[in-house]
Amino acid sequence: MSEVTETNIPAGTRREQLAEFWFYFKENRGAVVGLTVFILVVLAATFAPLLSSFSPDVQYRDVLLAPPMTDSAHGHFWLGTDAVGRDMLSRLLFGARYSLFVGVVVVLLALSVGVVLGLLAGWFGGWVDTVIMRVMDVILAFPSLLLALVFVAILGPGLINAMIAIAIVYQPHFARLTRGAVLSERNKDYVMAARVAGAGNMRLMFRTVLPNCLAPLIVQGTLSFSNAILDVAALGFLGLGAQPPTPEWGTMLSEAREFILRAWWVVTFPGLAILITVLAINLMGDGLRDALDPKLKRS
Amino acid sequence: MIRFILGKILWLIPTLVGITIVAFGFVRVLPGDPVLLMAGERGLTPERHAELTHQLGFDRPIWEQYFDFLWKVLHGNLGDSLVTHKPVLNEFLALFPATVELGLCAMVLAVAIGVPVGVMAAIKRGSWFDQATMTTALVGYSMPIFWWGLLLIILFSGILKWTPVSGRISLMYYFPNGSGFMIWDALMSGQKGALTSALSHLILPSVVLATIPLAVIARQTRSAMLEVLGEDYVRTARAKGMPPRRVIGIHALRNAMIPVITTIGLQVGMLMAGAILTETIFSWPGIGKWMVDSISRRDYPSVQGGLLMIAAIVMVVNLIVDLLYGLINPRIRHR
Repeated sequence: MSEVTETNIPAGTRREQLAEFWFYFKENRGAVVGLTVFILVVLAATFAPLLSSFSPDVQYRDVLLAPPMTDSAHGHFWLGTDAVGRDMLSRLLFGARYSLFVGVVVVLLALSVGVVLGLLAGWFGGWVDTVIMRVMDVILAFPSLLLALVFVAILGPGLINAMIAIAIVYQPHFARLTRGAVLSERNKDYVMAARVAGAGNMRLMFRTVLPNCLAPLIVQGTLSFSNAILDVAALGFLGLGAQPPTPEWGTMLSEAREFILRAWWVVTFPGLAILITVLAINLMGDGLRDALDPKLKRS
Repeated sequence: MIRFILGKILWLIPTLVGITIVAFGFVRVLPGDPVLLMAGERGLTPERHAELTHQLGFDRPIWEQYFDFLWKVLHGNLGDSLVTHKPVLNEFLALFPATVELGLCAMVLAVAIGVPVGVMAAIKRGSWFDQATMTTALVGYSMPIFWWGLLLIILFSGILKWTPVSGRISLMYYFPNGSGFMIWDALMSGQKGALTSALSHLILPSVVLATIPLAVIARQTRSAMLEVLGEDYVRTARAKGMPPRRVIGIHALRNAMIPVITTIGLQVGMLMAGAILTETIFSWPGIGKWMVDSISRRDYPSVQGGLLMIAAIVMVVNLIVDLLYGLINPRIRHR
């Protein structure tokens, strides 16, 4: 049975595919720069305890709002200190962990729920399709940040709840994409062949059709990754995301707001960290789209 | 055409019903006693609690409560704010012009810059102009606008002292019976300096709010233009010896605008999300700031009403864009 419906691609072909993907990806210089920066952010987050000379939570009360490059009895503050005397650099490095974590969790949640709903809607059609897609339409009718705010109001402020809220708001995009891809794949010969060979609905949906719908989902996943980082930072900024003293970048900005005209560094660096990370991911996303979109490849 | 319009409107109804269910359900899934949340009173006696439960209809079956809610909404009754004790709809309508003014200004800025930049980038594909503008657009698209707003305040309000930090107009001016659109009111009042004051308050929030739509529109215009420039009819027009300006302006741009108009329409929802952040940073008294304040004050009737109104407005705007799309693209209309 499994020999007939086998959709696994031989290892050699897969390596070739990967090589082809890399060939197109590296054509896009921006994407390579984005990938490099992204790897650096991941390394910074992973090795944050080794890279920072201070704990992100320890307050040095004698060096409040010290400008960058300040030497003190405690050590050298490369990026200065915040209003309660915590080292900015250490907080930014640890903050990278939260941002990446948020991005990964939101995308995984939104992707898995959205893909399952989209598969069900596209595969079964009829009333299943109507009900699922109408609900998705309702979610999409609300501006995403507004709906996320309301969900956080229901669930209570906090990083986890902010992530759940944003994942709920993002999943209709995945559902729509998957449904569209399934509709275009459903009646193709290879699916028919697998069905004739006796594959059940579950196998047809997840093993036969889904792998052929992955390209747009990967691109949407990267987009959602960067948007999730922005939106969680925005919720943190509004006081509804991660709560102080968590060194999340948006929350840091929110704490720094009252000092904007006195201490530029407490505002500038967290925002710059968000911008650089999001920009790197978006650059990568552009490269992925170029490498995965066969329509563009031909032109 | 009428069939097309009717079809689009009918298609909206289930989604609108869905929106009312979300707004209705929102209060019921909040943690805590919905009676206390919606009444906003503290230290209730059991008698008062029972009275309020009956008054707010929480003792009736859920579907009855929903239809009651729907009936009230259809009659323009969104309940009263717990904080000001005024009808939510009145509060919404009083603040709405501020958001519309800001949003329109941002949209004009985004389209007026985004479309020409996108067209130029497409024409000069691969040039330094193309690369520089598209890199800038990607930076704009990746921008945390709440941070961008703060940076502009530091520069233009803190260091250069060119613009005020917050509000819509200097406190010197007051228009008691105004339309709510500050630029218009300032212009109509004839008071010296009023218009300048209103404009100087509007400029930074508009720039911040326009940032992401501008980036999206520029990128979309560029790619739509590139696609159209490769079409046979453009080649034919060129081969006929038509001046390049005419080929680009008439043959290419008009067709490239079709997807761009959809993008512009889709930005309305984005603008609303952006308004939440922009209005909070600049203390702009509009709907976005009101929603954030209502959530933090636990003024749930206001949140419920605002949610419903905003979603309905976004949907209606999207409908208008859809219809416009059909108007300029007969292929869609006759499908």
